[in-house]
Amino acid sequence: MKPLTIILLTILLSVTNAAAEEVTIAIAANFTDVARILAKRFEQQTGHATRISYGSTGKLYSQIEHGAPFEVFLAADRARPQKAEKEGLAVTGSGFVYARGKLVLWSLKESLFEQGERYLNEGDFHHLALANPKTAPYGLAAQQVMQHLGILERTRPRLVRGDSIAQTFQFVATGNAEAGFVALAQIKAWPGENGSLWEIPESYYAPIDQAAVLLNKGRDNPAAYAFLDFLKSGEAKQVIQTYGYGVE
Amino acid sequence: MDFDWQPVWLTLKLAGTTTVLLLIIGTPIAWWLARTHVWYKQALAAVVALPLVLPPTVLGFYLLIMLAPDGPVGQLTQAMGIGTLPFTFEGLVFASVLYSLPFAVQPLQNAFEALGPRPMEVASTLRASPWDRFLTVVIPLARPGFLTAAVLCFAHTIGEFGVVLMIGGNIPGETKVLSVAIYDHVESLEYGQAHLLAAGMLAFSFLVLMTLYLVNGRYTRSHRP
Repeated sequence: MKPLTIILLTILLSVTNAAAEEVTIAIAANFTDVARILAKRFEQQTGHATRISYGSTGKLYSQIEHGAPFEVFLAADRARPQKAEKEGLAVTGSGFVYARGKLVLWSLKESLFEQGERYLNEGDFHHLALANPKTAPYGLAAQQVMQHLGILERTRPRLVRGDSIAQTFQFVATGNAEAGFVALAQIKAWPGENGSLWEIPESYYAPIDQAAVLLNKGRDNPAAYAFLDFLKSGEAKQVIQTYGYGVE
Repeated sequence: MDFDWQPVWLTLKLAGTTTVLLLIIGTPIAWWLARTHVWYKQALAAVVALPLVLPPTVLGFYLLIMLAPDGPVGQLTQAMGIGTLPFTFEGLVFASVLYSLPFAVQPLQNAFEALGPRPMEVASTLRASPWDRFLTVVIPLARPGFLTAAVLCFAHTIGEFGVVLMIGGNIPGETKVLSVAIYDHVESLEYGQAHLLAAGMLAFSFLVLMTLYLVNGRYTRSHRP
């Protein structure tokens, strides 16, 4: 290799390094496992770095509203990203749906139920876990399912609310709640036993369209744009689908 | 605005139950720690003080594992026919007793140590039985210690948050205590409710501590030789 080529290559490499930025992302808890994989691939492909905070959509939104340094927001619903755009917290027109979530009823115990619907109707449990409907879209969907089945009122005293879908999952995974409403993606990533699983018909709850949006703080960060582009790529969609989400 | 009193009563009930239990459990531990000279005394004192330094999440995490249906404590409680403790009021009491233990033991231990062996010896020359000596000599003399312990336990339990969040499950009337209710309101952007509860907590905590300092200050002054 000629010295000149080496010099040019060195310059080129240092230039790409200089272009590498860090993007700070707020991600809804249900997407944690997928996000870890996506972030790794994104970093490998682009050389950008990511810094991710996980939490319930409502909690993250309230943090964004109070000036949290997030540049990209991956919510578990459409409403909060829309609200962020409307309130001037996000770049108008940057929102899009990156995944459609699926709600399942899950228990650690094998053969606790074959038909989740009958299990819920019979109500033979001490504690049924769901995420806080006020802050977590999956919790809201769970509430809609119980309303649909007409069991919400009589089940209410036995409902335990997780702060996010991650805590809800942990209530069920430790066996402290016999069953709970969690995201299908969490089950796909769960290394333990399958337990009992009921994939709830999507007609029982309003669609969990999970939208992403570019926040104002990321307006001048190329890495923020790059991450959103990556999220729309075929490769990312494939990973998202593997984890049990619907993609458009 | 429709004010929800339930978390307030629940919190007071939790703090009251915890305080009574802690005075019952903490007194013998403190007495023993104040009197004994065994080589492992400091190790036990350190164990009692652990909740002071451990993040509540550590306690919450271990409790969640231990109290679960297949955890050691969970199996015990099930065998006793109580069921499992997480997501119940009893579970919160159990957690609070562990969490606030140093706040009961340390003031009591200090008070007992300050007494020295002398009053007990004098009482025993007057043929007072050990139980009698404790009730009629130690308890009155260590009164500021008991008062401090009670107030600190009560206040500390009221301020408890992390452990409750981890094992409580946010059930209204059962485990949704004040701190969790405030957190819930803030997360749901219901700032009006949050302000009310938070301001109430602030005023209450200040009054409790103020009263403690006033009473203890007067007591110390009136007993100065």
